[in-house]
Amino acid sequence: MPVGSERAPDPQRWFRRLKPLVFLACLGPAAMLSYRAMTGTLGAEPIDEITGVTGQWTLRMLLITLLITPLRQLTGWHGLIRWRRMLGLFAFSYAVLHFLTYVVLDQFFAWNFIIEDIIEHPYVLVGFTAFILLLPLAFTSTDAMVRRLGGRRWRRLHRLAYLVPVLGVLHFWWQVKSDISEPAVYSLLLSVLLASRLRRPQPRATGAAPPATPG
Amino acid sequence: MLINKPADLRPSEITDRRYFERRRELLKGGAAAAVGLAAPGLLALSPAAAAKIKFEQLKRSELSADEELTPYESVTSYNNFYEFSTDKKEPAELARNFKSRPWTITVEGEIGQPKTFDVDELIKLFPPEERIYRLRCVEAWSMVIPWVGFPLGNLIRSLAPTSRAKFVEFETLHDPERMPGQRPSLFGGSLEWPYREGLRIDEAMHPLTILAVGLYGEELPGQNGAPIRLVVPWKYGFKSIKSIVRIRLVEQQPVNTWQAQAPGEYGFFANVNPDVAHPRWSQARERRVGDFFKRPTLPFNGYADQVADLYRGMDPRKLY
Repeated sequence: MPVGSERAPDPQRWFRRLKPLVFLACLGPAAMLSYRAMTGTLGAEPIDEITGVTGQWTLRMLLITLLITPLRQLTGWHGLIRWRRMLGLFAFSYAVLHFLTYVVLDQFFAWNFIIEDIIEHPYVLVGFTAFILLLPLAFTSTDAMVRRLGGRRWRRLHRLAYLVPVLGVLHFWWQVKSDISEPAVYSLLLSVLLASRLRRPQPRATGAAPPATPG
Repeated sequence: MLINKPADLRPSEITDRRYFERRRELLKGGAAAAVGLAAPGLLALSPAAAAKIKFEQLKRSELSADEELTPYESVTSYNNFYEFSTDKKEPAELARNFKSRPWTITVEGEIGQPKTFDVDELIKLFPPEERIYRLRCVEAWSMVIPWVGFPLGNLIRSLAPTSRAKFVEFETLHDPERMPGQRPSLFGGSLEWPYREGLRIDEAMHPLTILAVGLYGEELPGQNGAPIRLVVPWKYGFKSIKSIVRIRLVEQQPVNTWQAQAPGEYGFFANVNPDVAHPRWSQARERRVGDFFKRPTLPFNGYADQVADLYRGMDPRKLY
């Protein structure tokens, strides 16, 4: 073994190495849906099933993306950050599938019905709003866009990642007829993830702080 | 001391009354049935497969719709039956071994004498016929189902209702042991049990209103409301209460389960009406299960000619 390849052990490397696996795992639900579509095992109402599955995975991916930061703080595995953009883009991809299922399969481009549906039915409007809010996030996800916006503005824009899942859970909750247990679980998880951001440790001077201004 | 003395006969060895009573038929029925009789243990392993009651030589009612049937597979795998699960795919699995016999239905209230029927006795008293009906769910999907049933009016008439019988109230079995959806969950139950429904007496007596005991020429599967359910084809599906154990004739308009659950969304009448949207979604169109394109929903689910007269003079907006 050449001596030059010796390096200090870098646990963060694992996150880079595992990234392709995470990528494949995120494709899993879509692959499963395609498989079920091809084998005709989506049940009596395939469109309904595809809508449900893509919607649920949008929510799950949004929550998993929000999990990265608290998990880093908790474990010190800072390499996790390498996965965050990819996870966020998967959330967006499932949202696109969900939206297209609605427009193409469910409504088949019946724009008058679609527009009426969005305007008249709050749960559709909320879901649609969440989808629209995801667009700028996906659009500004590249390194070039981060540079162009500047870190501060980019971060401010990407705070929408907190609002979108809130709208997503509301969109889910609003269409449930009586059994609220599923949206309630999503709400609970989302609350924990959002609450974890409230008490982020602030850099604070140790010991008694001297008066800021001279008397 | 041993109190539990083992019985000479294990329950699994007792031949079900249904098989006993049909023993001659079964013997004629060939090898499979013969194996069943010789080894009741085998039967216990696959009760659903062995026990399916078939309705032979059914007369097709003239009130039947002449439309393409929704496949048996879809009718029996896509069910709103919260007594088992709020998921539409799960009741088929969870109700697979639902024991729907023996089963009794009590009819009481404003009639000459309260009466309890065994479901098979009812089937003998009121020979069922085939009724192909459209079914429109409040969730904007629909099916065409060949029910096997008899007019509810025939049963009610035979029991001499009093003049105070203005409404009919129905009740589903409440048995969390057999209906897992009725067990309390972490977030509270999904509905108030037992499930209740109601009809005005003229709706109940209408010839289109039937008590169904089968579909596709066979007994009702558990997920479709075995062994006996209501079918009111011009109303949203939730009115067609399943697995009925009690029918009560009453003077006051009853409160049905969904109306109690969300009075702003579900009413007592719940007549199919494309012009009155559900507060959360449109009712203008529906998807026939198996179709790709949606189709327009018809007033009274296409039964306006037969039933619109029942509601003459009433505000259709109050009929949701």
